[in-house]
Amino acid sequence: MDSATKGAEVGHEEHHDEAHDQNYLQYEPGIWNWLTTKDHKKIGIMYAVSLAVVFLVAGVLALMVRTELVSQGETIMDADTYNQVFTMHGILMVFLFLVPSIPAILGNFVLPLQIGAKDVAFPRLNLASWYVYMIGAIMTCAALYFGGVDTGWTFYTPYSSTTGGGVLWMTSAIFVSGFASIFTGLNFIVTIHKMRAPGMTWNRLPLFIWGLYATSIVQVLATPVIGITMLLLILERTLGIGIFDPALGGDPVLFQHFFWFYSHPAVYIMILPAFGIMSELIATFSRQRIFGYRAIALSSVAIAMLGFLVWGHHMFVSGQSAISSIIFSLITYLIGIPSGIKVFNWVATMYRGSIWLQTPMLYALSFLFLFTIGGFTGIMVGVLAVDVHLHDTYYVVGHFHYVMMGGSVMALLGGMHYWWPKITGRMYNETLGKIAVFLIFVGFNATFFTQLVLGAKGMPRRYYDYVERFEALHQISTYGSYILGAGLFLVLFYGLYSLFYGEKASANPWAAATLEWTNVAALPDPHNFVRTPLVTRGPYDFHLADEVFGGDGMGDGATKTLDVPEPAPAAPETAEESSKA
Amino acid sequence: MATDTTTETPAAPAQTEVDHHHEEHLSHLQHHFVSSEQQFDSAKLGMWLFLITEVLLFSGMFVAYAVFRQWHPETFSVASQTLDWHLGGLNTVVLLASSFTIALAIHYIQKGETMRSFWLQITTISLAGVFLVIKYFEYTAKFEHGVFPGAMFDPHGTAHGVDYGALASYAYAPQFFSIYFVMTGIHGFHVVVGMILIGWIASRTYRGHFNSEYYTHIELSGLYWHLVDLVWIFLFPLLYLV
Repeated sequence: MDSATKGAEVGHEEHHDEAHDQNYLQYEPGIWNWLTTKDHKKIGIMYAVSLAVVFLVAGVLALMVRTELVSQGETIMDADTYNQVFTMHGILMVFLFLVPSIPAILGNFVLPLQIGAKDVAFPRLNLASWYVYMIGAIMTCAALYFGGVDTGWTFYTPYSSTTGGGVLWMTSAIFVSGFASIFTGLNFIVTIHKMRAPGMTWNRLPLFIWGLYATSIVQVLATPVIGITMLLLILERTLGIGIFDPALGGDPVLFQHFFWFYSHPAVYIMILPAFGIMSELIATFSRQRIFGYRAIALSSVAIAMLGFLVWGHHMFVSGQSAISSIIFSLITYLIGIPSGIKVFNWVATMYRGSIWLQTPMLYALSFLFLFTIGGFTGIMVGVLAVDVHLHDTYYVVGHFHYVMMGGSVMALLGGMHYWWPKITGRMYNETLGKIAVFLIFVGFNATFFTQLVLGAKGMPRRYYDYVERFEALHQISTYGSYILGAGLFLVLFYGLYSLFYGEKASANPWAAATLEWTNVAALPDPHNFVRTPLVTRGPYDFHLADEVFGGDGMGDGATKTLDVPEPAPAAPETAEESSKA
Repeated sequence: MATDTTTETPAAPAQTEVDHHHEEHLSHLQHHFVSSEQQFDSAKLGMWLFLITEVLLFSGMFVAYAVFRQWHPETFSVASQTLDWHLGGLNTVVLLASSFTIALAIHYIQKGETMRSFWLQITTISLAGVFLVIKYFEYTAKFEHGVFPGAMFDPHGTAHGVDYGALASYAYAPQFFSIYFVMTGIHGFHVVVGMILIGWIASRTYRGHFNSEYYTHIELSGLYWHLVDLVWIFLFPLLYLV
């Protein structure tokens, strides 16, 4: 890596006119320009900052929950506060962090770069998405101020239609921030359909793009349903319309159907882009063409589709008919097939690859391990008979943290490390990075594997107190969460440090073969590409990536300085138009 | 002679056409698109996707309708009869007419007849206004007799041969009206949004922002307006004609 730091600016001097004199961070500086920017890269960064704050707050709430549970009885807060703390942890993490996380940060930043576009199809809508998200965040603060949100993140009626005043604000916040999600998804679908560079066929799309595409489909199709559900819940609270509240003749199970019709697909909104990042990381750091490209790409779409047909597995004990439960259980098993296809393909990609254990790859390997546990425990709770016992226990808590945290967040962290040089132009500290992965991996397993055990032994979720025999396991879980927290704070620390003192990154420090590395300067141009790239090979065809490896195919990222290569036949020349805008 | 013209004439227009296009790019082509076609196709695909989200938004309410109607068919039948199908039917005609006028507005802008397109857009807005006025009379007629959504439901009195007081004996009648008010209310909100949208487009049409080459906004507003119309086509029979 040392020698790779040279040449960040090399080769970028010749062919550019005025707008291209600067990288995207220097171009149009100042707060006002940032707040009105239509540059997808800057919007991605704005999302990153906002989401980092949410993740920090929600993470601290999680540590408070674990601290309260370290011993029996009251430890640091009373039961009411506890209910509100775990509720806010869940709501913030799910609706305001995990759902937007990968698409809004890395999707925004990377998607146009990877398909060779100047921007997303609707830049103004993209900016609007951030503002709508921020309005949602402000309403969340209002909900915190008014307090009393103790429903759990699921807002089950009839409790949610009667309890504390903050619920109204919280549901409104979710209604509003749903639009941010829809805007992003809609934007991405159109961008992927219409904005690909010449030669970027569907079979040459990087797999991250396929993951985002599948995600976007789910966002567009599922989010309106949570929108109307929250709206009906708001009307239920304000006007008493009696759709969900049995006291008014409504049906609480209908609420659960509506809620899970969104919220089950929503977990695929969280995990599908993570799959996409995994494919990028595994391919790049194994220096190997991805095994079963088409299978991975289409399995994402298959998961997106199947994901709409399984929501009933959250309601096995809610009083839906036995027939529905059996059908939902069976379809739930089916999800295991495309997920398994992915895992096997990633493992096969590593086989005989030239594996380079940098921090992003370590996250990818952690993901493989943790997501597999999350997946298997998911199948177990999808089994009708088993779920009746495990329902609403810590087993379920452990399961979805293995998928959401062990899956989505691990992939997000891996992706952030991977694209960090492209976003900031700086390298993070590799040694500290590896230490942080280790802490996170160990801390995570200590926290949540014990919860699987606790759940299997019968510890119910969301309880404030517990009996003596659970105490030891709860303590291990709490101490594990401290290790996990330490790891995450370490990432925050060296991330911020690298912004100012990190080594300058080269244009392609990982010797990756996708466009954002091969055809873009170390810090991207305001309009991404000096010339619209002409794509002549697949995203992982390392044996054809002469511009990266100079033909010997054995690059370790430390070999050569990278020019922005000129595509052989002329692509449509549009640079001069872009400079006028 | 003949050979001379064939070699000369095609060359000259080709040049001007390119220039002509180039001029246009400056006015409406956004920097990140390669061509007008790409920009138009993107916008249209985006609008269709947005319409899909609208369909799903309403589908939640249609599901609620289906569930409660399945459970209380008799209540739904009785409560539905208190709605005036004449007014509902009239509104259906009004909305269909407005869909027709916005479609014509697109047709004329494609032919370059800007002012005609403008007046058709104004007609569309007016028809939307008529729809809302009729809706207003329907709502107030209900409110006068205590037919409110949800908790405030307290039916009394008779009017135009409709005995509102009789609704009180049906336990689930409030739900029918909750669904009625919520669905028509959210639909009405979409009508208002449509009026604002078309009003904005009309003002831009009047100022000459659109021409036969570039009319994306009118076409997209038209698509949206057709959806608003379409939702009503489903609401009318389900609520008024049960």
